[in-house]
Amino acid sequence: MITRKRLATGACALLAALAAGLFPTGAAADEPAAKESPKVELVLDVSGSMRARDIDGQSRMAAAKQAFNEVLDAVPEEVQLGIRTLGADYPGQDRQKGCKDTRQLYPVGPLDRTEAKTAVATLAPTGWTPIGPALLGAAEDLKGGDATRRIVLITDGEDTCAPLDPCEVARDIAARGIHLTIDTLGLVPNAKIRQQLTCIAEATGGTYTSVRHTEELSKRVRQLVERAADPVVTPVATEGTDRCTDAPQLKPGLFTDRETFGQHRWYRVDVLPGQELRASVSVSADRAVNDDYGVLLRAVTVRGREIVRGSEAGHGRTDVISTGLRYPKPPLDDADGDAKPAAETVCLQVSNSFSAPPGVKTTPGMPIELAVDLVDAPEEASDVAAFGLGRGWWLLAVLVLAGFVGGLLWGWLSRWRVAVWRTN
Amino acid sequence: MRTVRALTAALLAGAGLLTGAGLLGPAVPALADTPSPSGSASTAAEAAAGPTEAGTTFRTAAAFRQGRQATAEASTGDYLYWVFPADTGQRPTVSASVTLPEAAARHGSSTWRIDVYDGLRRRQPCMYGMQSRTVPKEAPAVELSCTLRTVRPWADAWDNDALPGSYYVRLTVTGLPEEDLGQPFAARIGAVSVDQGGAYAGGGSLAAPLVPGATTEDAAEAEAGASTPSAVEARAPEDGWSSGWWSDRWVWTAVGGVLGALAGIGGHALTRGSGRPSRVPPAV
Repeated sequence: MITRKRLATGACALLAALAAGLFPTGAAADEPAAKESPKVELVLDVSGSMRARDIDGQSRMAAAKQAFNEVLDAVPEEVQLGIRTLGADYPGQDRQKGCKDTRQLYPVGPLDRTEAKTAVATLAPTGWTPIGPALLGAAEDLKGGDATRRIVLITDGEDTCAPLDPCEVARDIAARGIHLTIDTLGLVPNAKIRQQLTCIAEATGGTYTSVRHTEELSKRVRQLVERAADPVVTPVATEGTDRCTDAPQLKPGLFTDRETFGQHRWYRVDVLPGQELRASVSVSADRAVNDDYGVLLRAVTVRGREIVRGSEAGHGRTDVISTGLRYPKPPLDDADGDAKPAAETVCLQVSNSFSAPPGVKTTPGMPIELAVDLVDAPEEASDVAAFGLGRGWWLLAVLVLAGFVGGLLWGWLSRWRVAVWRTN
Repeated sequence: MRTVRALTAALLAGAGLLTGAGLLGPAVPALADTPSPSGSASTAAEAAAGPTEAGTTFRTAAAFRQGRQATAEASTGDYLYWVFPADTGQRPTVSASVTLPEAAARHGSSTWRIDVYDGLRRRQPCMYGMQSRTVPKEAPAVELSCTLRTVRPWADAWDNDALPGSYYVRLTVTGLPEEDLGQPFAARIGAVSVDQGGAYAGGGSLAAPLVPGATTEDAAEAEAGASTPSAVEARAPEDGWSSGWWSDRWVWTAVGGVLGALAGIGGHALTRGSGRPSRVPPAV
């Protein structure tokens, strides 16, 4: 009885130890610690073309206003919302003036629904479509703090204010590393608008939607605003170098960087014996790229020996291409209690094989997202099978046969011994 | 003759025990969360509990558990991301069904695709299932599926084997006429596992499943007194991550040992003949 109890206690302790080993009690990695509330700015086109009556029988402007009212009612509490207009004020023909016509209708901050709705109600379709300046203005409005930022651009016309290409503007804004996403909505779009808006969305990791009905518009804008409220881990900007020796030292976490076509970047991570390095990398295709592409992530020692690599290649339409690697460093055999073992510096090299069709700008580079984790080293297998246990009918047959033969031999041996003993 | 009969009986009994235990074995630690497809009330309620939005990047992927259904509405051209946990011994099948935009608004055929990535963002191959499908303009919906390899408890660092941890699913359209971009579609996605049992029970184990953010730093923070669940726990299957020590190999091996012993006794008894040797006196 006592033995059994002891056994049970032992088993419990073992289980507890296993459980403890398996679930390292840790704080949430992606739990936002009292983060700043996310910021969203709705950018609305109020250009003359918004008069066209082709959305459910009403004018585009009326549809937008109706959608805005619904969206303003449904904005989550924690979101700081602002509204900016473009082409709302200058009705004239002067291109210079028309292309500067963008202003903040409602400042980014805690939302007063009535005030915001009143402001929207005053709008009347007027002027030009300066998308580029409006985006720059919106980025300016959202400046400051460490919150996630989102611009929702609603427009029905292509930008008429060249040479400032709104797509280039969007990419430049994204390259500032302020975690800003631009989602675009095209009202009854034609090919040119679609191309421009998809380009803007692609450049910032946003989405593009074409709108033909009022209901679609309000539903989508509401969805985008709510999406902004979702907590996310914001990566830390870092800058890799082209050699390992002067590469930045990374701690576990999430990082972003930029890498142009055919470039590679180095980073360094310290790995202690008994730890496992886990690294994943994603390279985003934020512009038009050729159809075949790839990414390579290598873990290399400081002396240049490759330890392990992760690679991936792809074809066709994509947002990112990603790969990852694991490098478990075995624990030291002679584990002294006092002496802290020296960490090994592992160099991580990120390279890509994207290429761009002619005419696509190569700077700034494509965004890289690098996730670095350090966990305890895995328990190495001394045997391929779990605990070296067997399984299957062959195992049974062998065991039965071996037992039988053993029994026979034992029997014969003892008979022979008895016989020998008897004769002596 | 008696011995032989006894031996046969023992063998049969052993085999019966074994098959019984073998079948029951995988169910004991309740690894797999494989609800029956029959729509009982509770399953329907659970299915409704899945997320109704999808993420748009790896970081924002919407989490759901196996056996649940995740839904989302988005615009064609969007990249939708979900994430679900898979544990040792499971062979998950991811299935997606996409309700396409109304045919009148479309201009041609479209190609839809799901990709599955593991917790390290390594693309995972599909053993079978239609991972990508091209549908004509009139098609109302498209069904995709991808059966992953069985998740193993341990793999070499140089391997790309499926390991316990998070699995990302990405759904997107890979080919369509450009004028069809941005139209509304609805997606429904789910994952169910077949438990592969002891045949795939391997030695070794990871210290932490391949869950993004399972860092040692977090462990240090927890020791400092934070009470929030760790990334590893937060992204665990419903019953937590399996400890990986149980497999039906224990039963097979134990039964094998018993049968071997019985066979040994049988063999020994055979050498004794049916009675005692005539020359041995009764006292020995």
